[in-house]
Amino acid sequence: MMPSSKTTRSRPLSPNVQIYRPQLTSVLSILNRITGVLLSASAVVLVVWLVAAARGPQIYVPVQAAIASWIGRIVLFGATFAFFLHLCGGIRHLVWDTVNGFELRSIYISGWAVVAASVVLTVAAWIASASMGG
Amino acid sequence: MDPPNMQNMRSPLARAIGLGSAKEGVGSWWAQRVSAVALVPLTLWFAASIIAHTSSDYATFVVWLRTPLTAVLMILLLIALFYHTALGLQVVIEDYVHSTTRFAAVIAVRLGCSALVTTGVVAVLHITLSG
Repeated sequence: MMPSSKTTRSRPLSPNVQIYRPQLTSVLSILNRITGVLLSASAVVLVVWLVAAARGPQIYVPVQAAIASWIGRIVLFGATFAFFLHLCGGIRHLVWDTVNGFELRSIYISGWAVVAASVVLTVAAWIASASMGG
Repeated sequence: MDPPNMQNMRSPLARAIGLGSAKEGVGSWWAQRVSAVALVPLTLWFAASIIAHTSSDYATFVVWLRTPLTAVLMILLLIALFYHTALGLQVVIEDYVHSTTRFAAVIAVRLGCSALVTTGVVAVLHITLSG
């Protein structure tokens, strides 16, 4: 930044984000970012899991047991919801990239659709997994 | 060129040099979208496969991973996933880290993602090609 007063202009400043009341639009926006960061950690687990499988059953079985433990399942459930929220939110962003759905009404409809679809897909995935003998 | 109110917003130096956009940000933006489109079917295939293998033991799981189609899709998933992750984490870092650690953090993310995708691909190839 240029500290000289001659070159400094009074530019508009936006207030800190904490001042605003949380809305569906802003909450989904930050959640897309938070779930993205959480899914980055999940991607590391995916590589650990693949390496364990490559090393053989003596390594894979304890890793699989850790994932199947109660703590592992709670984390996996959270990761499943984060995945579907990021997926549905990402598809919403791809639609926006085609310059569609920007009307306020459309934004709220697609926002609630993302929330509903993420919940339904997460529950459906775990019911499907349970029906496979999990 | 600039509307009158915009002229007041820019410093004389910026107006003189004509500094505007860096003209290369669109590359990352586009890559983020392309990898996102690729990840929609790949991640859904992965989730469905994992659900189908809920009660599979090691031997069954490895037999599935050894099939060429599974190996190809898993490697494509790893590449798209860590490319998308590196681009996404870089945007997050650039938005919130303002000190000199920003450069180090972006480099760490890129090297970390490169190492992870290489490790994952080698693990898949090891399973597919061994035995």
